[in-house]
Amino acid sequence: MEQLFFYIFALVAVVSAVLVVSVRNAVHSAFYLIICLLQVAALFILLRSPFLAAVQVFIYVGAVMVLFLFAVMVLDIGKEKTKEFIHSQWLPAVGVIIALFVMIGYMIKRGKLSASLGIYNEAALAKNTEVIGKTLFTQYIFPFEVVSLLLLVALIGAIVLVMKDKGRARKNNGAGS
Amino acid sequence: MLLTYLPILIMIGVASAMAIGALVMSFIFQPRNPYASKNSPWECGMEPVGDANEGHVRIHFFIIAMLFVIFDVETLFLFPWAVLLTEKSLSTFIFVEMIIFIVVLAIGLVYAWVKGALEWV
Amino acid sequence: MMIPDISTVLEVVLIAVKVVVVTMILFGLPLPLTWLERKVAGHIQVRLGPWRVGPHGLLQPFADMIKLLMKEDIVPDRADKFLFTIAPLLAMVPAFAVFVAIPFGENIMLPVINKEVSLYIADMNVGILYILAISGLGIYGIILGGWASNSKYSLIGGLRSSAQMISYEISISFAAIGVVMLSNSLSLVEIVKSQGGSLLHWNFFYLPVGPVWCAIFIIGSLAEINRIPFDLPEDEGTLGAGFHTEYSGMKFALFMLAEYVAMVSVSVLTVILFFGGWNSPLPVPLPIPPIFWFVAKVVFFIYFFMWVRFTLPRYRYDQLMTIGWKILIPVSLVTILITGFMRI
Repeated sequence: MEQLFFYIFALVAVVSAVLVVSVRNAVHSAFYLIICLLQVAALFILLRSPFLAAVQVFIYVGAVMVLFLFAVMVLDIGKEKTKEFIHSQWLPAVGVIIALFVMIGYMIKRGKLSASLGIYNEAALAKNTEVIGKTLFTQYIFPFEVVSLLLLVALIGAIVLVMKDKGRARKNNGAGS
Repeated sequence: MLLTYLPILIMIGVASAMAIGALVMSFIFQPRNPYASKNSPWECGMEPVGDANEGHVRIHFFIIAMLFVIFDVETLFLFPWAVLLTEKSLSTFIFVEMIIFIVVLAIGLVYAWVKGALEWV
Repeated sequence: MMIPDISTVLEVVLIAVKVVVVTMILFGLPLPLTWLERKVAGHIQVRLGPWRVGPHGLLQPFADMIKLLMKEDIVPDRADKFLFTIAPLLAMVPAFAVFVAIPFGENIMLPVINKEVSLYIADMNVGILYILAISGLGIYGIILGGWASNSKYSLIGGLRSSAQMISYEISISFAAIGVVMLSNSLSLVEIVKSQGGSLLHWNFFYLPVGPVWCAIFIIGSLAEINRIPFDLPEDEGTLGAGFHTEYSGMKFALFMLAEYVAMVSVSVLTVILFFGGWNSPLPVPLPIPPIFWFVAKVVFFIYFFMWVRFTLPRYRYDQLMTIGWKILIPVSLVTILITGFMRI
């Protein structure tokens, strides 16, 4: 039963991911990317990790995709044809994809890509948040604090980049909504 | 454990089915009389000028979205922390940890404030 | 593939029945709520409200429903047909999905089949995070609907609305973290159980931070569900009808449905997070079923949101952003530290 669900989610994820890169309208791409990321969240649940699933929906679907959509709307790439960006690179791209698939298939066949639950059994994982919290705040305390610095850098970088842009945009046309 | 999360799928299915059913019902019952001026976008009765969605959007929306992503990630780290907070062996340690985390991000908020990224004019 | 055993099948059937019941109730709820909202509006503005259709205008919602069903569904010529059609669904489905994690009461015995049934669909370990994440998805209906209409008013309304929602979502998350700090669990059932006993154990009365969290949550929620004083996206004076300017007929009705369901879910969440859920306010045992307390509190908050709607004026957009970023977020950060200090 679980396998059936896995194949449904995986299939939808792959199809929507293909649609992301193949549809011509950037807003449609964003829409399919939302669907793809939701399927990944479902896969996290199948992997007994509801906390990560919630994180996936909370951050990637709920926040990052809003940023994507705003970027698409601000930059007016909604109507651009994706074709213009592909040029004649599709032949090497297809080659790389096939090579990748062969490699992943080989790894799965050899059993190199399977992971066990580690020291946790399913009952322990029911308290998902606590497990993650404990590991994060004791064992991985240093990376956790570095994350805060990383976020600070990202925030400052974003403001520096965009505020400069904003001044220029205002000089050019003064148009706003 | 998976049974806890199955209802989400069922709920999404049932809700969409009912919404689509409502749309189909209205599709059956509605009158149809489209003409050019009815189907043009509403612009206070004026002739619509150009397309709306071709990028006349303020960059400020983008800044807000960026700040949102960063603060969203921050709140996310606070959830497991809040669950663990009263555990005796850890509490003081992770509380100090989190003070550092929050202060570093508060610096970011102050920076955005000073730089005027939060102004909306 | 493994064939599931009979108890699992029964459990799945039970879950499905519960989901269908909850969905039906939520689909029907806007009928009484629209009537109530108009009546409240009428009486606050010293007039009668709906009166003609049926006694006290009670049949008015049905008349509205028939009207919306029989209306022509206009799709603007230059609209993006695909996203225009799917946007109402994107707004509606997340609003419904929130109710999967919401507990309405404790276990009860069903009299006929003699089986203990829980009055919630699922008790998730990540309950409140799930609710925040899913309710955040409603934004796509608004932003994609506004974009797909290809109308200037819709686009501006959609963008404003989504910028407003994301700004206040942070404060709502902080308020939720505050509650988690007080109750030490993300599961809503656990959160309600931790507030058992009497009125004084409710999170709202965890002085001095409880009322602050509650205020942040309610203000943030008002903005999140686009109601006055934060109904900028539907600012009819400047924007037509905001993101749904171009919508008509059933698609418009679905947006309204999403809005009403969101209002109910916000009332329910306020009750669960701050006002003890189904717990009785008095420490002495009373012969009143817990579900009564739950419904009574929720009805009060629904009324409260309507009351606010017809009492307060609307904020300007820059004021809205100032409240969200310069008041609510700094206050939340400070309150988190105070709460943490009180809890360790």
